[in-house]
Amino acid sequence: MSGPMTESAAVAEPFLRVSGLARYFDVSPPLLNRLLERRERLWLRAVDGVEFSIRSGETFALVGESGCGKSTVARLIVGLYKPTRGRIEVDGVDLAMVRGRAAEKPLRRRVQMIFQDPYASLNPRWRVRDIIAEPIRTHRLRAGETQVRARVDELLEQVKLAPADGGKYPHEFSGGQRQRISIARALATEPEFLVCDEPTSALDVSVQAQILNLMKELQRRLGLTLLFISHNLAVVSYMADRVGVMYLGRLVEVADVATLFTAPGHPYTRMLLDTIPDLSMSGHARQPVGGEVPNPIEPPPGCAFHPRCPFADARCRSERPEPHLQGSTLVACHGIEERRLPEALRPAPIRAIPEE
Amino acid sequence: MSGPLLAVEHLRIEFPTRRGILTAVDDLSFQIAEGEVLGVVGESGAGKSLTGAAIIGLLEPPGRIAGGQILFAGRRIDNLGREEMRRLRGKQIGAIFQDPLTSLNPLYTVGRQITETIEVHLGLDAAAARRRALDLMAEVGIPAPEQRIDHYPHQFSGGMRQRVVIALALAANPRLIIADEPTTALDVSIQAQIIALLKRLCREHRTAVMLVTHDMGVIAETADRVAVMYAGRLAELGPVRAVVKQPRHPYTVGLMGAIPAIGGPRHRLAQIDGAMPRLGTIPSGCAFHTRCPSAFEHCLRERPDLLPAGASAAACWLYAEGRA
Repeated sequence: MSGPMTESAAVAEPFLRVSGLARYFDVSPPLLNRLLERRERLWLRAVDGVEFSIRSGETFALVGESGCGKSTVARLIVGLYKPTRGRIEVDGVDLAMVRGRAAEKPLRRRVQMIFQDPYASLNPRWRVRDIIAEPIRTHRLRAGETQVRARVDELLEQVKLAPADGGKYPHEFSGGQRQRISIARALATEPEFLVCDEPTSALDVSVQAQILNLMKELQRRLGLTLLFISHNLAVVSYMADRVGVMYLGRLVEVADVATLFTAPGHPYTRMLLDTIPDLSMSGHARQPVGGEVPNPIEPPPGCAFHPRCPFADARCRSERPEPHLQGSTLVACHGIEERRLPEALRPAPIRAIPEE
Repeated sequence: MSGPLLAVEHLRIEFPTRRGILTAVDDLSFQIAEGEVLGVVGESGAGKSLTGAAIIGLLEPPGRIAGGQILFAGRRIDNLGREEMRRLRGKQIGAIFQDPLTSLNPLYTVGRQITETIEVHLGLDAAAARRRALDLMAEVGIPAPEQRIDHYPHQFSGGMRQRVVIALALAANPRLIIADEPTTALDVSIQAQIIALLKRLCREHRTAVMLVTHDMGVIAETADRVAVMYAGRLAELGPVRAVVKQPRHPYTVGLMGAIPAIGGPRHRLAQIDGAMPRLGTIPSGCAFHTRCPSAFEHCLRERPDLLPAGASAAACWLYAEGRA
């Protein structure tokens, strides 16, 4: 699919637009401690100024390691958190302008979420058919119980389960099957947009393949737009059209999937790609970068990645880089803007399937 | 020393339940040579963690070894008493688990835990043990060991804690380390660091490793040979390069195909329909036959032996004499 993101190509209004999005959590010590020990208020900047858009029908992936803020972004978009700052527009509607349950309802129908933990996201005391029927009933999408049941059966079949499974309880199913149930529930309102937060991270590899295949098929058939959150780059390379790389609450790079994997720009992206195991056994020596993700309560000044970056200079240590367009890629890096980084040489695409 | 360092022979692990006996590991045999890294890979329920637990004598009741034997340096260890097993563990066989807090006592400083292992197993005095602990911490890449040696586990990040666990596992210079999902809980960039560290240290100390994981990528990077487990049995065993690039057992083929490949086709991942059978519902004959695209009538009747297949060995009737 991919092509350069020119102005004319982006003429159609994006389905989702996020600008200057930030979410801080107050992790201050209790008031008494602050007074007695003279301690400051502490803020965890989970998301610290993020900007991206997603076109209708596209799969946009957010990738990064723990503490990067990708799950918080997902929850902000779905309305589980309110932003500290910034704007979220769904199909042109500014979420901040939507107040009250009556106004929120249509939006809730159109945007649904799938969670990582298949054991925590289904009410263990409800039968599967009631779990899936709940959104249908809430939004009055079918008239009468017979219609509701018929729709539940249809959804179960769509995720390759049987209508008879509707009568069972979640604990009777495996992790992969529970994720199918979660997907069926998410599709119950005929949404246009699915936010998937690490939907296969808790699943075995072979089960993951089944679920990813299912998601791709459903996306094609139902014309869904996907925001796909993952720490697994191989999964992202399979699912995404465009990819946003996050580090400590900020977006460091946004590129189409082919470009990201063959010509990564940001030093953190390069480092991340270097952590992908080489299943082609090419013997290509990997260079694991040292250091760890810093504490998000006390991020480094300037560019958050500078302590681990082989190219950091004085400007990087003091001035936070803003994203700028480099070809069709958006990247936040002084070194790239100043053209002092070498081209990233990626070896030939890594293949897991054995050569014939 | 001739012969393998570790030999697992016809191991059988059972769980007695009210509804009968469940066999979690069924007639498993493999060996690990001195200094070798054997990867044991499989999905959830394959029995790989139980195997590791059985080897170091940490199998939780009601699970029990119901058959076969485990030999370490030619000596039987599956029937040792608790005290003897405790001496063996730490001195000869070290362990690294997924959650560092399984191995680290939160109430003692990291230094105290490492030095205790050294004093008990190497018989050094307190000062010498502390010096060795500092050396170990530096070796595993913990910055400022002189300060951090007196810190508690909760004062370390996840990746640093795992480094401490590696230091602890190596402290008494064991000949074998059982590592069960040592990097699964860590960020990918830290995973890469820890794997590189483990590889280097084990090579330098000539320590053999049994690396248990579901992650084929970790195996490809670290192991010399790999054992693929399915439903409590061995499906394939061979040099890592052979198993990863030219898998023989249909299950291994399916597993490798299910891993998304960067630059690979994007319309569909190879998928194995169904799921690994639960204990108590394992099919007759070959445990994989119900999901196997190449199953034929022999597979339903008789459980396959481990047969030579190219550079590896596969428990699959496709490789019997007279078949392609």
